[in-house]
Amino acid sequence: MFDDFFIRALFVGIGMALVTGPLGCFVVWRRLSFFGDTLAHSALLGITIAYTMEINIALSVFIISSLVALMLLKLEKTTNLPTDALLGLLAHSSLAVGLVVIGLIATIRFDLMGLLFGDILAVNVNDIIIVWFGGALILLVLKLIYKPLFASTVNYELAEAEGMKPEKVKVIFTLLLAAIIAISIKMVGLLLITGMLILPAAIARNISSNPKGMVIYSVIAGLMSVLIGLFSSLEINTPSGPSIITAGLILFVLSLIKIKRSSQLKS
Amino acid sequence: MKSSDNLLVKMEKAGVFINNKWLVKDVSLEIEKGKIITLIGPNGSGKTTTAKMALGLYKNISGKVEKFTKKIAYVPQKISIDWTLPLRVFDFMNLTSDLQDQEINEALEITGAKHLLNNDLKSLSGGEFQRVLMARALAKKPDLLVLDEPVQGVDFTGEIELYELIKKISETLKCGILLISHNLHVVMSKTDHVVCLNGHVCCSGTPISVANNKKYQELFGEDVSKILSIYEHKHDHKHGVDGSVEEN
Repeated sequence: MFDDFFIRALFVGIGMALVTGPLGCFVVWRRLSFFGDTLAHSALLGITIAYTMEINIALSVFIISSLVALMLLKLEKTTNLPTDALLGLLAHSSLAVGLVVIGLIATIRFDLMGLLFGDILAVNVNDIIIVWFGGALILLVLKLIYKPLFASTVNYELAEAEGMKPEKVKVIFTLLLAAIIAISIKMVGLLLITGMLILPAAIARNISSNPKGMVIYSVIAGLMSVLIGLFSSLEINTPSGPSIITAGLILFVLSLIKIKRSSQLKS
Repeated sequence: MKSSDNLLVKMEKAGVFINNKWLVKDVSLEIEKGKIITLIGPNGSGKTTTAKMALGLYKNISGKVEKFTKKIAYVPQKISIDWTLPLRVFDFMNLTSDLQDQEINEALEITGAKHLLNNDLKSLSGGEFQRVLMARALAKKPDLLVLDEPVQGVDFTGEIELYELIKKISETLKCGILLISHNLHVVMSKTDHVVCLNGHVCCSGTPISVANNKKYQELFGEDVSKILSIYEHKHDHKHGVDGSVEEN
């Protein structure tokens, strides 16, 4: 059944949406959108290393993104620079280093467009396995740290005072972000992965009144974006990664109607 | 040793030194089960810092802080919540624990906030929010309860009620309470031990001994006389027309 490229794309897309939905909620709640971006940029270096050393792309990206993430957590503590400056610093320098390394290794020529925007239609069965198994693992860990992570997102000191270990779950969550980027970079590319994290959560925020509801709506919005995006890319022959994000954007605009309604009801 | 069994927090010469400045230093105190300890002192005297040390929120402190319990509930002085989160009172009640609906309802009922259960947290007024914070702490049935200015924004009658409630909590839950308050006279009459801070422990002891302490009187000036009069004039009996004492 995985013979057809479109079916494979559907499976990978659905697997991704199931994971980016809940993770994306925390990205939005903790204001980490730009952080996700930084990790995605650093992924380029990971991909280059994977090509030169001939190792698995997802593994290599995960290692590099994790290192960048941990470096950020360390720099936050040891320097007086604001987090957004550190994020910019790491994002652009890791992207630049990635490009320099590509230039150095003249023997490798790969499709830069594919790298930036991904190619979900080119996935193979191996990719499906990585997305579903990796995704299941990410969701499992997220479920285990959900309570302390959520509590420390609401109020760090309160969570710490009441024994929730916010520092530890912050590091784990950061590694989960690196992991989702690692398993989905090939499909949506490094410029669109943050879109997959933020758009469904943003749509969900507009239509939900409690945290669990937002997580569920976020998954649904992600699934709808993938389905609408993929089918329309097949119908009207548009690039699939960007079509998924565009479908998400349209859903976001529609979700604004709900906000307008409920604010009218209140007044 | 009975007393050490009841010990929840022991601070010895604890202090916090940040940015070349002592926030507070040389604080020694013990929090025991069933006792209410009150921290008083002017603004910036290190009350909140001391409470946070007791909770273990500072990584680098001088001196020693030992905690003998993990069942802790905290009502912070200021709480900033990011409103990108959709959060109802119900979700907030369960923030750091898994409570039964019934436990949540009971706690909210006690603090007079039951009707707010399904409200959005950001729609609450300051006083309502304070009641929810108290209910959350109460519902956790902690061994140690740290209350940093718990009656802020609550109206006067509500304030008296809440202090009555704090007393009741300490009696029913047998938990130790570390209380920070501005409202000196109400606090004085409900507490077992008072620590008066001014960057260090200025004086401590039973409420009455602190109130009579010279250092304390210098620190608070004319307020003291008011407190003393209120504190010492606790009417637990009435006088008859001829001056004889009648029991209530």
